[in-house]
Formats: sequence, structure tokens, C-alpha cells
Amino acid sequence: MGFFIETLIGGLMAGMLYSLVALGFVLIFKASGVFNFAQGAMVLFAALAMARFSAWIPEWLGIDSRLLANGIAFILSAALMCVVAWLIERLVLRHLVNQDGATLLMATLGIAYVLEGIGSSIFGSDIYRIDVGMPKEPVMILEGSIEGGLLINKEDFVAALVAALLVGTLWLFFQKTSTGRALRAVADDHQAAQSIGIPLNRIWVIVWCVAGLVALVAGIIWGSKLGVQFSLATVALRGLPVVILGGLTSIPGAIIGGLIIGVGEKLSEVYLGPLIGGGIEIWFAYQLALVFLLFRPQGLFGEKIIDRV
Amino acid sequence: MGREFGEVILDLQSVSLAFGGVKALTDISFNVREHEIRAIIGPNGAGKSSMLNVINGVYRPQQGEIILRGQHFTRMNPYKAARAGISRTFQNIALFKGMSVIDNLMTGRNLKIRSNLLQQAFWWGPARREELAHRAKVEEVIDFLEIQHIRKTPVGRLPYGLQKRVDLGRALAMEPSILLLDEPMAGMNVEEKQDMCRFILDVNDQFGTTIVLIEHDMGVVMDVSDRVVVLDYGRKIGDGVPDEVRANPEVVSAYLGASH
Ligand SMILES: Nc1ncnc2c1ncn2[C@@H]1O[C@H](COP(=O)(O)OP(=O)(O)O)[C@@H](O)[C@H]1O
Ligand SMILES: [Mg+2]
Repeated sequence: MGFFIETLIGGLMAGMLYSLVALGFVLIFKASGVFNFAQGAMVLFAALAMARFSAWIPEWLGIDSRLLANGIAFILSAALMCVVAWLIERLVLRHLVNQDGATLLMATLGIAYVLEGIGSSIFGSDIYRIDVGMPKEPVMILEGSIEGGLLINKEDFVAALVAALLVGTLWLFFQKTSTGRALRAVADDHQAAQSIGIPLNRIWVIVWCVAGLVALVAGIIWGSKLGVQFSLATVALRGLPVVILGGLTSIPGAIIGGLIIGVGEKLSEVYLGPLIGGGIEIWFAYQLALVFLLFRPQGLFGEKIIDRV
Repeated sequence: MGREFGEVILDLQSVSLAFGGVKALTDISFNVREHEIRAIIGPNGAGKSSMLNVINGVYRPQQGEIILRGQHFTRMNPYKAARAGISRTFQNIALFKGMSVIDNLMTGRNLKIRSNLLQQAFWWGPARREELAHRAKVEEVIDFLEIQHIRKTPVGRLPYGLQKRVDLGRALAMEPSILLLDEPMAGMNVEEKQDMCRFILDVNDQFGTTIVLIEHDMGVVMDVSDRVVVLDYGRKIGDGVPDEVRANPEVVSAYLGASH
């Protein structure tokens, strides 16, 4: 029983990160109607920026404190992601208003390549470390109430907590501020939103900024775990099955979808692995997504996709 | 009716609009005076909705000009139109379906919001006070339209007639100087129509809002409007006070010829 709960918690914690990345996809899809293939490149770019800034800042400013250097690096990286968002709106989105989905999709592929190129030429293409002082050692909890206690990976726990906090904060922002309301309005109906005086361009910049921020946090978490390297761009593709499962248009869908996939991966690895061979964790999410594509393409919570007439 | 109206506030000059080979509007000119209720009528497919869409820049005409308070626009867009004080409702209700009635109305206040993103994000005092002030304004609109009981309901769950009313509410929350209404009474029962008529007249009367109204129900049109434009197959075939239009033989035959 203790082991099952451990696996479950491990899955939930991993899933929270998937939710975070999936949220990036959903936000952009809702606001600008495009599936953003550059999400992975954004994670990589943001992680590169964070890794390099945190190494450069002690040199530039002569700061000794790790915490302060990381703090400044985070703010710089976040600002950089907003500049990127602004440029994407200026140079790409603005010129593609009312184009069909395929054109926009290609455009985001283009953005991905440009980001990867610029990222490696500014920040270099070695493997870098991000050290934000994540605790590495596992910890035993609930020894009193469950026999044998529960062994929890502290790093995963902190990561999940941060992801959950960010998701919660974003949710508050969307629900409680007038800009958040405008974002929801644009997501619901572009035409009507414009007609009541909501500027689409500004909303796009904001949404891409938020997606950039999400990418930064995901990049830091994964980067400190796996090192900052090219493969980080593909880790974000783990968000893909999540949005297929949860539905591209649903924020709760992204969150719940991420948790389901996180838990599914871990449980199937542990309990099905011995039966049909290991490595299930790698393909589980994609298989589940495939099933959904076949039988429920709009996902658990998404709206039925109907072509506009 | 003998009511006095102000100056021409909105002037359309030789507007032509085509979709591929389909001519939706051909060389249409007419004007709207301040404070009047101006109706656009005509059989289905006559180009009425296209006309409204041109006025607030959803469609861009191939030819013609829009003159709004003396300012010339060849390329209007919905955002510019909103800033210039034009608000509208849509023939196929375009509310934000996932949001509550009050949130839908609050979006109508968007142009009037002064606080910036950061101030809102930190729930800064002035931003919060501003939010409350807009909220009070929206409550006035809610009272005016008598929809207090549904203020928290997601609009997607409301019956059609009430959605139409909320659509009007969102447009009113903008405090527009010109209000464009695309068939606000379509699909309503008699009682709902009477309510809607009353709201339209009250808006015009109490706030002095200029109204451009598309409506199918001839009885309603003749009752509420000050002047009427008649379209048929994208052309203007009549223009004048209701009695003139009623007496216009071309209008009569267009309406007798069409299925009404
Ligand atoms: N977005 C559009 N694309 C193509 N054709 C359109 C579009 N909007 C309107 N039309 C055409 O323009 C003509 C006028 O339509 P519309 O303005 O909706 O008429 P009404 O509102 O008077 O019923 C119709 O023939 C219609 O098919
Ligand atoms: Mg119409």
C-alpha cells in the first residue's frame, strides 16, 4: 500500500509539470488559435538564458550570493521572454491575421528554428547547469500513519509545488483582473472581443509573455534536473499528449490531463512493466493520446472542433 | 413624429462590397443623425448585416467612405470603431459563452480601464477601486435591463431571449454614442419583443444614444424608428420617414415579391 501511494504521488508530481507545459499550449491556442510548435524551443531558450545569466551575473556585478544572482538571472530571463513575445507578435502574428491554421502552424515551426538558432548563437550550445538550490535527497514522510512511511523525492516535490503555485496564480490572474477577463473574452470570440474594443495585438503579446514565463519555469525545473541541453526542447513535447487528452481549449483540461498522464506513466511502468517489458513510461502518454485521437478527438474537456461556416 | 434631430453624425458614401462574385452592397449612401433611431430593413440576403459590418469595420468595402463626426475612414476596423464610440450586437449572438453575465458586461468596460497590467496583477489599490467603479456602472446596466437575477449565470446556459438582452447589455456597458443592433428581436416571443422595444426606446430617450437598427418585424420598425433605409439585393430602394417608405411602390413590391 505504501509503495502504491508513493508511485501515485510520484506520478502526480511529474504530472504537475506536464500540466504546466500543457498550459502554455492551451493559452496560446485559445488566444491566437494556433498550435504553438515553438513551445519546446521556448523552454530551451528560456533555460539557456537562465543558465547563462546566472553564470554571467556574478562576473558582471561581482555578486557572491547564489540566491541574488539567480534572482537577477530569473528577472532578466523573464524580461527576455517578454521581448521574444513582443517580437513574435510584431514580426509574425500581426502579418498572419486571418490566415488558415496550416499557415500559422508553419509559422510557429519557423519561430522554433529561429529561437533555437538565436539561442545557441547568443548563449552557446554546450551543456549548462542550472543550480537554483533544489534539494536532491529524498525524504521520508508519514512514518507514523503508514507502515514503512512514504519515500518522497524532495526535488520533485518542490518542482510540483512551484508548478502548482504558478498555475494557481495564473488562474487568479485570469479570473480576477480586467486583463484576465479580456484574455478570456478573446479566447471565446475574437470578433466580438475586437468589437467591444479589446486590442487583439496587445492580448497576443500578453499571452505569449505568459507562455514564455511558463516555459521559463519549466525550463528551470527540468534544466536543473537534466542539465540544459538541446534535448530540453523535446521534453516539452510531453505536453502534447496532455493537451490531446485534456482538450486544446480547456485550462482545467490541461491540468487534469497532465496529472492523469503523470500518474498513468508511473503506475503502468511499475505494475505493467514487469508483464510487458519496461520502458512504458516513454510511450505511455503517446499511446493514450492516440486512443483519444481515435475516439474522442476533442479531448476530455475540449469543445467539439467545428469548422466555422 | 416631429422629433428634432441633431447633425449628421455618421455618413456613408457610395459604399460597395462584394464577396468574390457576390455583390452584397452596391453603391449605398445614407446618413444617420445624432439621437435618431435609424432602421435598415429589407428581405433576407438584402445586405443589411453587411451594412452594419461595414460601419464598424468587420468588413472592408471595396469602395466608398465612412464619415464619422466629420472624420473620414476608408479603412475602419472594429477596434477603431469601438474607440470612436460605436458599439454593436450581432445577429448570431456573439457573447463570451463561458463567462458569467456580469463578466460579459465587464468586458464592455475594457476601453475605459486605465490601470495597467502590473497594477492589476498586484491587486493595487487604485486598480481595485477602478474595478469597483466599473462594476457599479455595470450594475446600473443590469438594473436597467432587469437582469439582476441572472447576473452570475454563465451566458451559455441562458435561454435565447435573455442572451439577446445580455448582448445588448454588453454593448450598453461601453456607453456608446452610436449603437448598432442587428435583429435584436429575432426569434423572440411577443412579450420579449415588447420588452426589447421598450429598452431600445429608453436607451435612445434617456441616454441620447443614436441607434441603427436592423429589424424584420415591420410593425416594430414603423413604430420605433425615425427614418428607414430599405435595401434589396444590395441596392438602396427607399429612404425616409416610415410613412414615406410605406408609400414607396418599389418597397411594396420588394416586400410582396419576397417571402414574408
Ligand atoms: N462573410 C461573407 N462571405 C461571403 N458572402 C457573404 C458574407 N456575408 C454576407 N455575404 C453575402 O452577402 C449577401 C448579403 O448578406 P447579409 O448582409 O447577411 O444580408 P441580410 O443581413 O440582409 O440578410 C448575401 O448574399 C450573403 O450570402
Ligand atoms: Mg442579417
